Order: sequence, then structure tokens, then C-alpha cells
Amino acid sequence: MATTIKVNGVDRTVDVDGDTPLLWVLRDVLGMTGTKFGCGMALCGACTVHVDGVAIRSCITPIDSVGSSAITTIEAIGATAAGAKVQKAWLDREVVQCGYCQSGQIMSASALLASNPHPSDSDIDAAMSGNICRCGTYVRIREAIKQAAQTTGQGG
Amino acid sequence: MSLDSLSSQAVCAEQSAEANILSRRTFLKAGAAGGGGLLLSLSLPFAKGDAAAADADGFVPNAFIRIEGNGQIVLTMPYVEMGQGTYTAIPMLIAEELEVDLIQVRLEHAPPNERLYGNPLLGGVQATGNSNAVRASWQPLREAGATARTMLISAAARRWNVDPASCRTQSGEVLHAPTGKRFKYGELAADAARIPVPNNVALKRPQDFKLIGTPAKRLDTAGKVNGTAVYGIDVRPPGVKIATLAQSPVFGGRVKSVDDAVAKAVKGVRQIVRLDDAVAVVADHMGAAKKGLAALKIEWDDGPHARLDVPAIAAQLDKATLNPGAVAQNIGDVGSAMARAVTKVEAIYQVPFLAHATMEPMNCTVHVRNDGCEVWVGSQALARAQAAAAKVTGLPLDKVVVHNHLIGGGFGRRLESDGVARAVEIAKHVDGPVKVVWTREEDIQHDMYRPYWFDRISAGLDANGMPVAWNNRFAGSSIIARYLPPAFNNGLDPDSTEGAIDLVYALPNLHVEYVRVEPPGIPTAFWRSVGPSHNVFVTESFIDELAATAKQDPVAYRRALLDKTPRAKAVLDLAAEKAGWGQPLARGFGRGVSLQFVFATYMAQIAEVEVSRDGAVRVHRVVCAVDCGIPVNPDTIRAQIQSAVMFGITAALHGEITLKDGRVEQSNFHDYQILRLNEAPAVEVHIVESREAPGGMGEAGTSCIVPAVTNAIFAATGKRLRKLPIDPAQLKAG
Repeated sequence: MATTIKVNGVDRTVDVDGDTPLLWVLRDVLGMTGTKFGCGMALCGACTVHVDGVAIRSCITPIDSVGSSAITTIEAIGATAAGAKVQKAWLDREVVQCGYCQSGQIMSASALLASNPHPSDSDIDAAMSGNICRCGTYVRIREAIKQAAQTTGQGG
Repeated sequence: MSLDSLSSQAVCAEQSAEANILSRRTFLKAGAAGGGGLLLSLSLPFAKGDAAAADADGFVPNAFIRIEGNGQIVLTMPYVEMGQGTYTAIPMLIAEELEVDLIQVRLEHAPPNERLYGNPLLGGVQATGNSNAVRASWQPLREAGATARTMLISAAARRWNVDPASCRTQSGEVLHAPTGKRFKYGELAADAARIPVPNNVALKRPQDFKLIGTPAKRLDTAGKVNGTAVYGIDVRPPGVKIATLAQSPVFGGRVKSVDDAVAKAVKGVRQIVRLDDAVAVVADHMGAAKKGLAALKIEWDDGPHARLDVPAIAAQLDKATLNPGAVAQNIGDVGSAMARAVTKVEAIYQVPFLAHATMEPMNCTVHVRNDGCEVWVGSQALARAQAAAAKVTGLPLDKVVVHNHLIGGGFGRRLESDGVARAVEIAKHVDGPVKVVWTREEDIQHDMYRPYWFDRISAGLDANGMPVAWNNRFAGSSIIARYLPPAFNNGLDPDSTEGAIDLVYALPNLHVEYVRVEPPGIPTAFWRSVGPSHNVFVTESFIDELAATAKQDPVAYRRALLDKTPRAKAVLDLAAEKAGWGQPLARGFGRGVSLQFVFATYMAQIAEVEVSRDGAVRVHRVVCAVDCGIPVNPDTIRAQIQSAVMFGITAALHGEITLKDGRVEQSNFHDYQILRLNEAPAVEVHIVESREAPGGMGEAGTSCIVPAVTNAIFAATGKRLRKLPIDPAQLKAG
């Protein structure tokens, strides 16, 4: 069954079962491998993308549930104001180690800052605790979100 | 710096490297690289002692600097990047002495070739592990850089007809100050390649370091924040199919029957591959492969381990510690000292099997052709991966091309090549390239696990409560005996005992024995902080028990035993000062300390822990003092300690793999939990200034944190935990 989805502003038509998770459409059908597979059960957040600006787990999101919503992935998040600031903060603070989970971390953090430019520590906990980092970069993730929030306050 | 050609360069690098296996008697020798450049191969006086090394060279090349005629400076990395920062620290060592800026260098993964890239601290295996990349590289890679720089200066001085001593180097150029002349390194590469290799080049004094000791920015991160970094799981050779698999849920079991009718009908499923002990579904994408896998009806013959459980293994280890083992260390006379002791303390400690649970699930992409095999993988041990593929295909090594990739978490898991072998077994049945991706469930249930360890330990105290006898006997699996058999001698290996012997404390009578036991039905492997992951837990918990028995402060008690190990005393003092040791804490809180010397690094940690009335444990703050010798990249050291602390707390609070009817019971992150951001403590790292040679940093923080946490729980509750993971039920108030 052909399904058309809008990924990073571009309409893409794929021929897969309607219950195929968005993650595999992105990675294996469209070749957009920045979005990662971690668990397949929405437990780790590695597969996080935005649907209409909201962070969702693409590993449990059937392709036929997406409709005409705008999907944004790590490959394009830098084009958003929040995403660009998060990416810069991630580099400034040297957050990344193995890096495998960081696509998902950045997507969750970007969604947080886009909707809440000045998150409290508990806001950060709530938004980020669904994203596992096995390298344990949590100290710097928190610092980087705070840095990005400061720059958000100064420049929008 | 660029990483753009990482995988594609591997074959070329191998060819140029092979072409430059040079003199048997020189450490360093120049050769002309393709395009008229300077290629400096580095040899180590390392006798590997196997047939591969014995054929030609007594001295085997190990790493490379390549300066091309176009000015490109290429460093071939013998160690793999898995988040630990080796792709920054290793270039820093070379660049410091070569006098180039990090931004000027390009990095390549080394190809599989143990003769060239064997790790001298891992018995010549081409592997990244045991926190020793910087340790192994510290002297030879700085010498490589200095030798190259000396030759480039000589080439310039000849062209200018001046004294080499009047030249200096800076940022990839040779400068002649009196005349203001300068050459870029690339312009000198062809000439430098013809200059005899100097002996005994002088290395910089530590006070002259410009790069080493500075918090250099990581070289591998840009592509990791925008989705462009390519891990093994991301490769997409043209026409690649995606496969996922079910392996016998009991180790050693076999496939009895497969009904694949429904699976074959799933849209996108192309093929079912049946092996002796596994079934794979090959499909257009992972979604179809997983759906097909779920539709398979597989009957298994569980084989000999069908009833295995962990209590049976623990009982086997318990029994083994009742008989003598191999003596790992003996000081004085424990027997008579124990007999004279005023107080005797005895304890049994146990730690569980643990999975690695790397965020990137196991995967490997393979294309088997009649005349060759191509493998794409992220491996900590590339030559092992190549050998595994050669064995399964029956092809000679030189027909197996392995492309290494960034690693989405290693922690020891990707030192093993079981996944490569499995993927090649499947790929032999597939026409064209196939990417085999483990589901998280398969990844956790078919890991190779940190061993279960059982420790029986006792001590005798004198009238002042100080230890006069220390007797420790422990049993568990030896990874070294399987992975590197020549390093297992007389019942001992250097990993299983690290952290249990050569303690920082002055113990006049000490006796430590190791009993190797290989439990059936569950494979074991290296796991971040390896032997010390259990030995430091036991040792640092037990010394804490002795302090409590003696009714002494845990820091003061340890400190009294450190007169002969001043670096250990210094990190303990620093951690205690920074943590506010002795300051009052709220009810329900406790501070715990641990101290270790493992991976050639001294470390002390103090954990501040809260235990709720329901027994829940929360680690709020960790203070770490570390003396790892010269800190090559201080920011990476901080990052590694922050990381290792989270890894250790994960194990202490949550980590346990159990077996029921021979099957691993845990399957995904709901029942094999990883510490999350809302549970993460603040971590403070204090680095001691040092000019000693560097120690390892990737793992030390993991072994150190675990007893700091359990000792803090003791301080908060009076309850001593001798078995991991921490059981909140034991900590409930009342």
C-alpha cells in the first residue's frame, strides 16, 4: 500500500504495510539513518523524531497513523531555532561520547525548548528521562540544555 | 580534521601499510608514500609469539603517520572510537611532537592487521579495551611524531643549506627564523622520505607541552549531532537487505522445526534462513523482518542447559571457593597472623551476570561472494572480526575485507566477534549484501556476560582494630583464558585478579587465591572495568567493614594504611576535602568512600546517597579525585569519569541477568534498566597534577563508584550489602 508522508518538508511515498513503524521507513526505506534504533518499545528514545513539533518515538509509530503531519528528523532539526541552539550547546559542552543516542537526545531537547524556552530542572527531567544514554552523558545534557535555554532567552 | 573517508580508506591504508613493513631492527623507518609523500611506520619491539608475527619481522609496525605531497596529514588510528575520546587523545600525542594543529590532521581507522596494529598491552591482539590506548601509545606515538618532525627539519635545512638547529617547527611548517623562510610539511614530504631515520630523538619536556594537558575539543563529534555519523548499523551497500534473527533461547540449543508459512507471506519478507541454532528473516526493511520473525513458529531443542538457573551457578562457585585456588599474591604469613588476631571478620560477596546493553544493538552487514567476503561492522577488535568471517566462509584472510565504523557503545561487547560469525553464517545463504540487526531482545538475551563472581574473604584485626591478616579467595570465569590463552598461566590471568591484589593498603599478611570456574550454558566476556568491576567492590566494601568493626572513620582508617602509597593518599585526601567528608547530612543520607589503583590510575570517590523509607536508593552527588598521571585531555578525563560513574550506578542499582530454564529472563530496557537522567547524580571530578606516565581512564570510574554507593548505604542505614544489585527490600525502614 503506497503511503505518502512529509519528512523534513518533502513528500515521500513508500510502499510498505500500514503498521510498519516510521523508524524503519526512515532508516531502511528512505535511507535517513540519523534516527536510531535502540529498543523497538519506546523505552529508550533513540528513535525520537518530531511530528508537528511534538517529540514521538518512531519505533512504535505506525506509518499509517502519521497522515499529513510534518515529520522532522535529526537531519533537519538544525534548521529550527531551538534545534540549532541545542546542537551548538551539545558541541560547546562536549556532551557526546559514542553518540548513538544523541540524535534522540537532541530531538527531545529541541522539542522541550521549542515549547518551553526556560525549563526548570524538573521540566528537563520530565522531557529527557525517556532517553537513555548508556555512556551516561546526563550531567552534560542537563548543562547543554541550560546553555541552549539561555541563548534562546537572549535571541529567541 | 575530517573523518569523511573513514571506512573507504581501510583497504588503501592496509595496502600502503603492508608495503612499508620495514627493517627488522629499526623502530622507525621512512618510506615513500604514494604520491611522493613521507610515510613513517612505527614499530614496537614486541614479540607477539605467534606464527603470524614470526614470519618476517622481529619488530612489527603498529601505527602510521602519513604526510602526503599535497600537505594532507593522515593519522591512522590503531584504536577505535567508541565514545571514550581516543580519536582525540591519540592524535594529541602525535600532534604534540609533530608540531601540527589538530585541525590539520585527518584520521583513518586502521585496517585489520595484527602485525601492524596489535595492541602491545593486550598481547598483540588488535583490540581496544582495558583502558590502555593512551598507555600503549604514550611513548611510541610521541616518538613517531618527534621522529617525523626531526626528518622534516633535516629536509628543510638541506634545502636552505642551514644548520638544522637554526630551524624550528610550528603548525605544520618548518621555519628558519634568521631568514624568515618557511616550508609547509607537504612541500618537504618527498625529501624527508629519503632521509635516514634518526635514532633517539628527543621528546619534549612536559613543561613544554602545548597540546597535551589542554582540554582539546573532540574530533569526532560534529557528525554525531546532526545525524551524519555512520555507525555499523547505518551502512547501506547498494541492494542491501535487512535481516533479523531468533537464536536458540537456551545457549547450546538447536532448531527442531520451523513453520515459516505465515512469515513468508509478510509484505517485504524475502527469505527465511534456517541455521542449526538460529533462524533469520531477510526482508526489504527491518519492520518487515521483525514482523516476519514474530510470525515464525519455531520449536527448539533446548539441549543440555534446559534447566540451568543462576542459583545453581552460584552454588557451583560457592563450592569452588571451599578448595584451594591458584595463588595470585602472598605476602607474609596469613595463617599465623590470623591465629594471633584479636578480631576476625568474614564475609561472602557476590556479583551478578551483567549484559552490556550498548545503545547500538549488535549488527553486522556482510556480502559473501564466491571469491570474497565484505564485512561492515563497528568492532573493538577488527582483526578478530576478519578472522571470524574467514573461518565461517572458509576464505583466506586476504579475501575478507572489513570496513570498521564508529561504535555505538562498546564496553567490551564489541571485542567479541560472535555477531560477525553469525551474520556471515546468514549471509552465506543470501544473494547480495545483508545487514543483520539484532532486536534489543536478542541483543540482551544473547550477549556474552560479565561473569558472576563469588568471593569468600576474611581478615584479622589487631587490638587497635587494624588489619594484620587479609585472606581472599574468589571464583568465576576467566575471560582471558578464552580470549587470550597465552596470558592465562598457572591458573591465573592479569584481569581476573586486578583490584584484588597489589592493593594500595599496607597489609603485612595477605593471601589471595583465584579459582577459575567456567559455568556451563552462559558465555562470558569483558565488561567495562573488567576484573576490577568485582574485585574493587569486594575489597573496598570489606575494608569498610573492617573500619566499622574497628569503630573508626572509613576515610581515616584507609588513610592510616597508605603511608607507602602517597598518590593513593593524595586522591583520598582530595576527595574527602572536596566532598566535605565529616560534614553533617540529613536523616536518611549517607556518605561512602572507595579508593583504588587499577588501570594504572589512582582514584577515590565519595558518594552521597539517600535511602528512602521504602528502601529506594538515590545517589545525589559523587566527588571523584583522580591521579591518572599526565592528563592528556582533561575534559575527556572528566567526561569518562562522569560516564563511568553512571555505568557503575546502573549496575549497582539495576544490573542483573538471571536465567530460568536456561533462558535469560531480561529482554529490554523495562527489565534491564539503565540509569536515566532524572536519577543521575551530580558528578564532580578533581584531577591531580602529575607528570607520571598516563594511566587508563575509560573504566576506572565504574569499579570505583559501586562500593562508594554501598558504603554510603551502610553509613545511612547500618546495612551492609554484600550482593549486587542493591535490593531495596533489604533497606526498608523498620
